[in-house]
Amino acid sequence: MTVTAPVARKRSALTKGQLPAFAPYVVLAVALVLGAAILALIGFNAFGWGLVSAILFAIGLVGWSAAVEGGRKASDKLATCLIVGSFLVALLPLISVIWTVLVNGIPGIITPGFLTTSMNGVTGSLDNKSVDEGTKVLGGIYHALLGTVQITLLATVISVPVGLLTAIYLVEYGNDRALARAITFFVDVMTGIPSIVAGLFSAAFFFAVVGPGTKTGAVAAVALSVLMIPVVVRSSEEMLKIVPNELREAAYALGVRKWRTILKVVIPTAISGIASGVTLAIARVIGETAPILVTAGFATTINNNVFGGWMASLPTFIYTQILNPTSPSNPDPSSQRAWGAALVLIILVMLLNLGARLIARIFAPKAGR
Amino acid sequence: MSKRIDVKDLNVYYGSFLAVEGVNINIEAKSVTAFIGPSGCGKSTFLRTLNRMHEVLPGARVEGEVLLDGDNLYGPGVDPVSVRTQVGMVFQRPNPFPTMSIRDNVLAGVKLNNKRISKGAADALVEKSLRGANLWNEVKDRLEKPGSGLSGGQQQRLCIARAIAVEPQVILMDEPCSALDPISTLAVEDLINELKDEYTVVIVTHNMQQAARVSDKTAFFNIAGTGKPGKLIEFADTTTIFNNPSQKATEDYVSGRFG
Repeated sequence: MTVTAPVARKRSALTKGQLPAFAPYVVLAVALVLGAAILALIGFNAFGWGLVSAILFAIGLVGWSAAVEGGRKASDKLATCLIVGSFLVALLPLISVIWTVLVNGIPGIITPGFLTTSMNGVTGSLDNKSVDEGTKVLGGIYHALLGTVQITLLATVISVPVGLLTAIYLVEYGNDRALARAITFFVDVMTGIPSIVAGLFSAAFFFAVVGPGTKTGAVAAVALSVLMIPVVVRSSEEMLKIVPNELREAAYALGVRKWRTILKVVIPTAISGIASGVTLAIARVIGETAPILVTAGFATTINNNVFGGWMASLPTFIYTQILNPTSPSNPDPSSQRAWGAALVLIILVMLLNLGARLIARIFAPKAGR
Repeated sequence: MSKRIDVKDLNVYYGSFLAVEGVNINIEAKSVTAFIGPSGCGKSTFLRTLNRMHEVLPGARVEGEVLLDGDNLYGPGVDPVSVRTQVGMVFQRPNPFPTMSIRDNVLAGVKLNNKRISKGAADALVEKSLRGANLWNEVKDRLEKPGSGLSGGQQQRLCIARAIAVEPQVILMDEPCSALDPISTLAVEDLINELKDEYTVVIVTHNMQQAARVSDKTAFFNIAGTGKPGKLIEFADTTTIFNNPSQKATEDYVSGRFG
């Protein structure tokens, strides 16, 4: 047998019949130009240009691929185009929301005193003056920020023990009993309760127990708990379920009692998931508007007492500033404050999500060597 | 530090399903007893009744008596938790606690029960248990590292160290080597040979060579067919079971003619 030296060729036989690497860029450029040309005929707009170009790009690339590479590669490219397209469509509203809030909100939050003053004493005439004379917009969201933090914190303090203990009952003691099945069913129902109904429930409950017209931060916190508890139960339940049964049996085999096993083995193993679930539940309720409107009212002054008096929160602040501007003849300062508050709210939610990831990472069982 | 086990007319149920029927067996203290038999014949199920782990599963129950040095494990008022402190168990798959370090895994039986233990005593217990499990030299420099970072064989020996740290009378092993490679298996088998100086060891295995290597006595379990209960066919010295069994089924199984 003689060894044949490989024939020097420009292209490997294995890569024959493939589109060159620059093919997508060429098709994209052609699609953009063609799209612009077509749009120019019927009146140009950016959205239409993107849509037409995307369709042209998909047709062009898939068609070229079908001609050169054959059906299998062409359907692969078609699927890629559809998936990337859907991703962009899903991304569009998100980017748009963040962009709009950033553009409108930044003038609000860079106004000095926005984060550190309340709306106490800010009247329509002050707003008119700032518009007429071009001075800075007075008033801020300190009271609303404080209210949001206090109400959400109290809601968390109520929801986490109730939700976590319910989840522990369901996973560790439920054994698919009638009671456990009933709890699972009602938790599912609770997940679907409209938030305004939760607010009305809490308001009615406190009206009946404390007295008519009771509107405090605590009432709002109870309303938020009604929304939060099912989320906490669901996420904690899932996390406890994925703790391997082998760990429980290992603890039992060492002569550890069931409650200690749950406390020292099961919960520590699941804590990262539980903690991030709780954080996401907080993020879910922090932007609730309707239940707070009917339970905590809307205040313009700082209220440090969750158990007495009306309390502002960021969502209700935004709502009232837009719906009832402080100066009805000059709504611009009010809407600037509202957009600023919206930006702060989005930043809060984003921080909570980042916090959830951080918590998950810190508490996760380490697998170092 | 070891006790004998005597089982009288034990029936094991999952709900209404009779899984193991009419077991009578006498396990000597300070001996190694192997349970062999085809899959699904109830070896593991029976093993789990010896430290009341069987009833952890919903609907599982037991009829009959298991005597630990004469005391019935299933007598009225017996606390399963105190049974399990005397009868330890090592499972098929290594299951160290992922949230704990190697050291804490060994001390798990003490710490999880909130017993007070001085640092010196804890260090001594950790070293004694890890030495007892032939793992000390491999992990002594990384006791604070997570137990899940060890290899499978090391994890299994860590689980054995964890089991002997609570100083049980009996150690049950449910196919402890089935997830391990031959070298780790050898390490665990050597360990079993050492353990029988101090403990009563009961081991379930699918590997007949392993049963022949490590055990003093062997019990052969068999099942008549799907849905039928498993039964103890023959229990005798290991050499008898493998060389001169009295039952035809045992001979067929150990010679590889079936199962």
